[in-house]
Amino acid sequence: MLHNIDLTVVWAFIIAAAILSYIIMDGFDLGIGILFPTLKPGTDRDTAMNSIAPVWDGNETWLVMGGGGLFAAFPLAYAVILPALYAPIIAMLLGLIFRGVAFEFRWRDPGHRAAWDVAFAVGSVVAALAQGITLGALLQGITVEGRAYAGGWWDWLTPFTLLVGVSLAVAYALLGATWLVMRTEGTLQLQARRLAQRLTIGTVTAIALVSAATPFLQGRYFTRWLEMPNVLVTAQVPLLVALAAYALWRTLRGGAERAPFLIALGLFGLSFLGLGISIFPDVVPGRITIWQAAAPEASQIFLLVGAAVLIPIILTYTAYSYWVFRGKVDTHGYH
Amino acid sequence: MLAYLDPLILARAQFGFTLGFHIIFPCFSIGLASYLAVLEGLWLTTGRQVFMDLFRYWLKIFAIVFGMGVVSGLVMSYQFGTNWSVFSDKTGPVLGPMMAYEVMSAFFLEAGFLGVMLFGMRKVGPRLHFAATLMVALGTFFSAFWILSVNSWMQTPAGYGTNPQGQFIPLDWWAVVFNPSFPFRLVHMVLAAYLTTALAVGAVGAWHLLRDRTNPAARTMFSMAMWMLAFVAPAQILAGDAHGLNTLEHQPAKVMAMEGHFQSHPDGAPLVLFGLPDQEAGTIRYALEIPKLSSLVLKHAFDAPLAGLETLPRKDWPPVPVVFWSFRVMVGLGMLMLLLACLSLFARYKGRLYTWAPFHRFAFAMGPAGFVAVLAGWVTTEVGRQPYTVFGLLRTEDSASPLQGPAVAASLTAFVVIYFTVFAMGTLYILRLMAKPPQSGETGIEPGAPIRTAGITPASAIDPDRHLQPTA
Repeated sequence: MLHNIDLTVVWAFIIAAAILSYIIMDGFDLGIGILFPTLKPGTDRDTAMNSIAPVWDGNETWLVMGGGGLFAAFPLAYAVILPALYAPIIAMLLGLIFRGVAFEFRWRDPGHRAAWDVAFAVGSVVAALAQGITLGALLQGITVEGRAYAGGWWDWLTPFTLLVGVSLAVAYALLGATWLVMRTEGTLQLQARRLAQRLTIGTVTAIALVSAATPFLQGRYFTRWLEMPNVLVTAQVPLLVALAAYALWRTLRGGAERAPFLIALGLFGLSFLGLGISIFPDVVPGRITIWQAAAPEASQIFLLVGAAVLIPIILTYTAYSYWVFRGKVDTHGYH
Repeated sequence: MLAYLDPLILARAQFGFTLGFHIIFPCFSIGLASYLAVLEGLWLTTGRQVFMDLFRYWLKIFAIVFGMGVVSGLVMSYQFGTNWSVFSDKTGPVLGPMMAYEVMSAFFLEAGFLGVMLFGMRKVGPRLHFAATLMVALGTFFSAFWILSVNSWMQTPAGYGTNPQGQFIPLDWWAVVFNPSFPFRLVHMVLAAYLTTALAVGAVGAWHLLRDRTNPAARTMFSMAMWMLAFVAPAQILAGDAHGLNTLEHQPAKVMAMEGHFQSHPDGAPLVLFGLPDQEAGTIRYALEIPKLSSLVLKHAFDAPLAGLETLPRKDWPPVPVVFWSFRVMVGLGMLMLLLACLSLFARYKGRLYTWAPFHRFAFAMGPAGFVAVLAGWVTTEVGRQPYTVFGLLRTEDSASPLQGPAVAASLTAFVVIYFTVFAMGTLYILRLMAKPPQSGETGIEPGAPIRTAGITPASAIDPDRHLQPTA
């Protein structure tokens, strides 16, 4: 029965789902870190931190899942992409170290809390920028010879990759702001709502700029997006983005609490779909397809059995964890 | 000068450095998670406040240890690709799925229930909270299972074939996962985690007994740690011996380096206690030896022949001085642990477990011994695997990423600076928590600190008398 299904495509979708899960889940808690300097020290910062403290670790595990899944299902892609993006990936890891330990350390060392708050914010910003740069560098294409990366170690740094880096940081901040609108009350919620409005404009601008630049990076993106008859289908994506952005703006102005966060998630989903349209079925755009990078069937099947059993269980207890800590959070939240 | 940086050496230094830092944390959190589960279980069944006090006391420390383990572990999961891309390409079909199983069965389980374990007592009640603690402990064990299977496969590969692209491919998953050295390594490492934790908990208990021998929580933790030590220290020596015999069978060169056997001994090999290995000359200088004892230990016969490194090409030799010394550090510390375990039984028999100050000072001094022994053991087994990443099949020099020296030098420098800063601060916070005596109604928050913001250790914000009694 398995022979009727292309396992390589199945695995491409599983890994894509893991990466999307990471982007939206760690996205909002990285966003809180990015916004941290704009929050007042004391109650506001403590509340924002408490709103993500019980879940950030699980969110970040999706990053390990994305990396581990790539290693398992597409080892060639893992072996080509990571050396090519050496500097941004190391920077991301170091950023995540600072922000990860800050969750604990700021409570343990009140004398240096301000310093750990800076570490939390800087670590979050660096991680977000590095992730965006990684994505941008992948989109603009990397040099491959044989089964290895063959470019220089600054190839990842171009105006386009910087644009994607900043765009992702702005978009994460939007997710973080809408999360705070949903989870907090009073002046903090008010501040988050104002921030979210500005960040909506920033995010839509960023999506527009990256979308406008992408088709000109490689000829195949242009064909995909802008030539007949593809354009009839692909044009739906920017239309939906425009609709979602409008809805986000209206709900933020209108006083809704949950809708902005959910719509912001939708914006991420649409952008991710756009990314998929650009690169599928390549895993290293323009260089390596998913079939060239795929692990042998024996590896795919072995892991698929575990994934089929374990991922539903993971989703269940992740949902349970979110449910336990549902509702409004304040400084009294975790008695 | 930058042109002379050898990217291979730098990549090895970086992997060794980041792994050496990382291994400390999961080793401690495997042991602490189990200890916390036992404490909470005892509290639920007996209702004695001292167990909840100890639970809260160690939970605060666990939170920091676990956090540092997560962030340093994230680095490891990406470093295979960033710095060892050829290795990743070739072994991915075999090792990748096992690591993905670790993520799915262990990391998510730990992370998913850690939030409830740290913050959820009030929200879910004692029984569900205990279930969450058990899940976290189970997760740490699953993690050890998979990652040790991966490491063991690199030491004693089995169940594989190769494809035209030069990759290892799985032929028999059972043989891959349960490769020849895996059961031995798993037992040895899990016992090491328990031993390390027992020594650390025992040292904290001893420290507080030296100040106040009537502190009930200090007495309980010390007694529990010494019981653990009394069972695990001897068991670990037996497990280590079995692991050594397994290594002799599958990786004889490693044992030759551990023993310092450059020459072959056709009629009984001596046990080299100490000496200065000279890799160039292929000899141990100033060797202090016991004749024929090594043959007795390894072959169970005084006159059994043992081959030496001279029977292998020099390019296949591991770096003998490193392996020789790290092995002696590990074994020496193991013997001291056994001594402490025996003394604890004697003190208990004499009824002086809580009053014998010199013994407490010894237990206190042994606090870091487990961590040092774990590091020494890993150096022995990993450096002893050289010059291979996959023993006998893939050489280390053929495994690294095509990176330039300065790139790796820059990242290594960043790791060294940041690890020493961040993890030194974390260690300082842990030591500060340990320096405070455990109290009845342990809250764990400093006077004057904003209790309501103690989100990170909400146990501290719980009124111990009214809300945390077991419902049974």
